[in-house]
Amino acid sequence: MPKSIPRTVLDVTVANHPGVMSHVCGLFSRRAFNVEAILCLPVNGGEVSRIWLLVNEDDRLEQMIRQMRKLQDVHDVRVCNENTAVFDQLSTVMAQ
Amino acid sequence: MFRMTGAQLVIQLLERQGIQVISGVPGGANLPLYDALSRSTIHHVLARHEQGAGFIAQGMARVTGKPAVCLATSGPGVTNILTAIADAKLDSVPVVCITGQVPSPLMGTDAFQEVDTYGMSIPITKHNFLVRSVEELLTVIPEAFRIAASGRPGPVLVDIPRDIQVAEVHFAEWPQPGEADPAPRAYDADLENAASMINAARRPLLWIGGGVVAAGAGSQILELAEKASMPMTMTLMGLGAVPRDHALSIGMLGMHAERYTNMAMEACDLILAAGVRFDDRATGKVQEFCPNAKIIHIDIDHSEIDKIRTASLGILGSINEVLEELLPRVQENTRTEWLEYISALRGAFPQHAPAEGGHDSPQRLIRRVGELVEDDTIICTDVGKHQMWTAQSYPFRHERQWLTSGGLGTMGFGLPAAIGASLAAPERRVICFSGDGSLQMNIQELATAAEQRANVTVVLLNNNCLGLVHQQQELFFKANYFSSEYQIAVDFIKIAEGFGWRTVDLAGSSDPDADLANAFAGRGPCLVHVPVDREEKVLPMVPPGAANRVMIEGEKHA
Repeated sequence: MPKSIPRTVLDVTVANHPGVMSHVCGLFSRRAFNVEAILCLPVNGGEVSRIWLLVNEDDRLEQMIRQMRKLQDVHDVRVCNENTAVFDQLSTVMAQ
Repeated sequence: MFRMTGAQLVIQLLERQGIQVISGVPGGANLPLYDALSRSTIHHVLARHEQGAGFIAQGMARVTGKPAVCLATSGPGVTNILTAIADAKLDSVPVVCITGQVPSPLMGTDAFQEVDTYGMSIPITKHNFLVRSVEELLTVIPEAFRIAASGRPGPVLVDIPRDIQVAEVHFAEWPQPGEADPAPRAYDADLENAASMINAARRPLLWIGGGVVAAGAGSQILELAEKASMPMTMTLMGLGAVPRDHALSIGMLGMHAERYTNMAMEACDLILAAGVRFDDRATGKVQEFCPNAKIIHIDIDHSEIDKIRTASLGILGSINEVLEELLPRVQENTRTEWLEYISALRGAFPQHAPAEGGHDSPQRLIRRVGELVEDDTIICTDVGKHQMWTAQSYPFRHERQWLTSGGLGTMGFGLPAAIGASLAAPERRVICFSGDGSLQMNIQELATAAEQRANVTVVLLNNNCLGLVHQQQELFFKANYFSSEYQIAVDFIKIAEGFGWRTVDLAGSSDPDADLANAFAGRGPCLVHVPVDREEKVLPMVPPGAANRVMIEGEKHA
């Protein structure tokens, strides 16, 4: 992955059911805001999922986070810069 | 232990929710719901098109402020009703739309009348549900009402596959009806801060949006305006929150404002923006909107604050509660200099809209209607020139008196929304100002109105063209009138009579006042036909994309 653009990770906790990913990703696509990478895993026995979204740092991010917090199935949204390292490791596997 | 089908459960949950009227159209995938509805106390209004059903529900919700329900079947029923749902989303109207879906095992197979209702409704609803088991209905239906009514209201869609409607469910206890959550409380420090900003301001102004109407905060706004001598301007959605003819009201701002209104905005040093969303039709070129003003933004939706313009102070909360706490902290102030400046602006740039009714222009006719009818008359419009003329000229007096499609600007909104309003407030008169273009977009609902004996008067301003398109082509496309002028003149009187409506034609009328009085004298649906010249424009006007101070017309008006 190119390193030049500063990136961050949104750590989103959601209710785990079909359709949640569409709700979350729809907020990005309607603003032509690209999601660079996605990780999603069920946690707490599958009741909830955690979605990590690798995104470019952008002025619109704060607005996106507020919009995301409004979604009924989103429990929490946090910005975690340090998680970008996980995606760097993954890229060594997936880019092969 | 209670025992029933999913369809019966849905209908009984709606009854327990207090729903008395539902609009809709039956079809294959929602027939179990209709069968259960036939045995209910709820009155069903059979619309002639699902979009009509959606707008009828909107009319009910806009008048009462409470969630209203509409029904549609799968496939085309859904695609038809989505326009009304998107409209409700943009204007924050609480609607619960229940759609039938093909049986669960067939979903995803391109079954007959199948569309991806869930997927299509995500971006145009506040929330949506695809019900996957009959037991889920016990939580989903109350949740739908809670979500629709809480915070910033909005539409919720519930998609129910047919097999779930006919499945049996057993349960021990009824769930509580869904109700709005309490609003977040504003911080004391923010309220103190807001009060000192208002107290320190020399030229403060109140900007009232649809959020004020949604919160029922008109009286607190008025109290604040009078106490602190703050002129009040309204967005299209904020009209009616305070009386139009109040001394401190400076009317609607933005694209079709009075010139003095936009100039007052330029001059102010503080805006208290209440329940507004800085829409481009209100702000004009946003970088040049009120460059000298600090902004206090009160809204119940956190994502609206700082969305378009960074506020000096954002307050998250319900406007009536925030103002209730703010009022005692605001000092009385006569602000003579500021109010004199506003009067001077009014004198230099006199109001374009008529101050008195008459019959020589559509604006004056609209004002005249306002003089003739009762104060609590509900005014509904479609979308176009007639809508802007009504916004500019009608003497609004009450909250929730004004129903218009603001955000989505949906032609075809007016007639069905007026029917819904009349169903929700049968004792009140409902007038729908419409145009020939708009009326033809949901004209089939003339039948619904006649069937329901709805007390709706449609005042049809007929210029036989798409008026606002025509105006923009004239002003910005060198009068190249392409596809905006209709080539045949439809006989609306005959059409309305064919649907069983009373009619009054003001064409060539020798006594328009008497004819209008005649139209308003009877009950039930009535069409008043008013021919209008194509050249009658909506003025003044800010060209799209320009700053609000760049106005066409409005400098002098005899």
